Amino acid sequence: MKSFMNGLKEMLSGIWGFIRKLWRHPKGRIGLIIVILLVVCALFAPWIAPYDPYDVTQRAQKGLSPSFQHLLGTTITTGQDIFSMLIYGTRVSLTIGVVTGVSLAFLGALMGICAGYIGGFADTLIMRIVDVLLVIPTLPLTIVLTNLFGRSYLMIILIFTLFGWTGLARVIRSLVLVLKNANYVKAAELAGASRWHIMMKHILPGTSHLLIMSTALTSAGIMVAEAGLSFLGLGDPTAISWGKMLAEAQSGGALLFGHWWWIIAPGIGIFLAVFSFMRIGLVMEEVFNPKMKQSSNIYKLFKNLNNTYIEEVFSSMSEAQILGVGGEQS
Amino acid sequence: MSKPIILSMKNVSVHFPVKGALPFSKKRVVSAVSDVSVDIFQGETFGIVGESGCGKSTLANAMIGLVRPTSGEVLFKGNKLYSLSPQEFKEIRRDMQMIFQDPFSSLNPRFNVYQIISEPMKIRGGASVDEMKKRVIELLELVGLSEKDLYRYPSDFSGGQRQRIGIARAIILNPDFLVCDEPVSALDVSVHAQILNLLMELQEKLKMTYVFISHNLAVVKSICDHMVVMYLGNVMESGSTKAIYQHPLHPYTNALLSAVLDVDLDNKKERILLQGDIPSPINPPRGCRFYQRCPYAMKGCVDKKPALIEIEPEHFVACHYINPFAQEEINAGLAKPLNL
Repeated sequence: MKSFMNGLKEMLSGIWGFIRKLWRHPKGRIGLIIVILLVVCALFAPWIAPYDPYDVTQRAQKGLSPSFQHLLGTTITTGQDIFSMLIYGTRVSLTIGVVTGVSLAFLGALMGICAGYIGGFADTLIMRIVDVLLVIPTLPLTIVLTNLFGRSYLMIILIFTLFGWTGLARVIRSLVLVLKNANYVKAAELAGASRWHIMMKHILPGTSHLLIMSTALTSAGIMVAEAGLSFLGLGDPTAISWGKMLAEAQSGGALLFGHWWWIIAPGIGIFLAVFSFMRIGLVMEEVFNPKMKQSSNIYKLFKNLNNTYIEEVFSSMSEAQILGVGGEQS
Repeated sequence: MSKPIILSMKNVSVHFPVKGALPFSKKRVVSAVSDVSVDIFQGETFGIVGESGCGKSTLANAMIGLVRPTSGEVLFKGNKLYSLSPQEFKEIRRDMQMIFQDPFSSLNPRFNVYQIISEPMKIRGGASVDEMKKRVIELLELVGLSEKDLYRYPSDFSGGQRQRIGIARAIILNPDFLVCDEPVSALDVSVHAQILNLLMELQEKLKMTYVFISHNLAVVKSICDHMVVMYLGNVMESGSTKAIYQHPLHPYTNALLSAVLDVDLDNKKERILLQGDIPSPINPPRGCRFYQRCPYAMKGCVDKKPALIEIEPEHFVACHYINPFAQEEINAGLAKPLNL
């Protein structure tokens, strides 16, 4: 348990190091500032929002245009304040994005390290599970499962986590296979280290940069997916989320009445959240792997949304690590 | 032989399975080390020499328990290393450490010098932080680094300095038995002598036994007491370094020694060039493993494995050319030269 705590401590100090590196990078600073803003919005939503966004009884205030009373106007159907809804919506997007990202990283790391380090039967078993899960299309499955088990955000997080860890696990496994044969691991073995010690002290820290980067990038992807699900009406019906705001705007006739702010506002919310996380992920990858600087960001974004990009980054990263050109310890 | 034996290997073989291309294809094995017996005496330096891929490192790994031999026994201080319980094994391995060839991959880039050197002590437990720090500083000074390097990272050091850190890590638990797996071959020539001198000094101070793996014959000549010459997983010649260098008998040893660079211009040695490459260890020759490249190969060498026989005191050779065939075998035509 003690070694686990130490490993955790090291992870945290590693994360702190990344934040400092991000801040030094001009593009990363933008992402970091937006993320901090969003986090503040989410944490202090009740104090920042001027009205109660759940209040659907303001029949006199229906369909107002933006003004100083209502910065983004009110909804046509129920008279809720759109600006307040936007601020409350941050909570859902960020929570789902970050929680899923972190649990994906956790599960992916666990499975990848088990498969790579323990090897043998564990390796075969985990990799066959990965093979099976990789061919299951997530979105239709999510729709089916949310209909079966009820529409809660917990369900969505669970599904994304259970079906999304495979790519990361594969990449982590191949990195672990490299790390496992490093001489410093042999030296630790000779000194009498247990497998647990080696996993926690040598292997896990060796994969931490991949984990943190993947958390940022998958979080962004999950936020888009969540908005999509909510738009389709598969999110939690009681919560306010950006995707659901879009769905309401559409069904409430925002286009019909020309209330473009009702549509633009949640769009900007989604954009900012995804943009900032993506920014952070991409900057991290530039910091860790100078080789990736050349390709354009649009290209990266496109490939990331197709889930093909991360693997490419990871593979080139582990290459860089084998060659010993990776930007370790600056 | 007054000195006690610290480690002895009896008929040790190490085989690695090779995966076939098809799931049910015949399983093949690489025999990295086959049927090697070695005795290492307390306090000496024992050299293992041979070309790349001949099983030097595998043999050393089998000595200290990083690779489990397929067959044979390893006795360390009289204990059968591979029939101990995991707990006893761990305890006995405290006395065996290793210095690695590549100083760049043997230190974790995420650890600072203090963490690297103190790691074995930390794993064993039982020492307070102050004690460990004191010990690490003591060791740093012993290997020629200073206290101010304590919190620097491996990337701040040169190859030679990294190797010093690796040495400090290896000796922190006071081992009796240290395996040096080509400790200088990844370093600049200018640093070779420094590291070797350091190792020799440490041996004198701490009374350690070294197993020194190298393909640098000049180094082996100057520091080793006993040595083996390996070829394709077999011992070709073994004995005291003095006897082997003064009087190399095996054709392979002769070829190796003729390749050593020499500044003696007056009597130029004739270089013996071996033909061909080292054969694949997947299907090694049945008889003498060297016969395909041996200038003296005879018909009998193909099928009959030569035994390691003591030719003169402390000098063993496995060769049919040196230990002739028996009379009836000669009559059967085994001694006729083999024309490849």
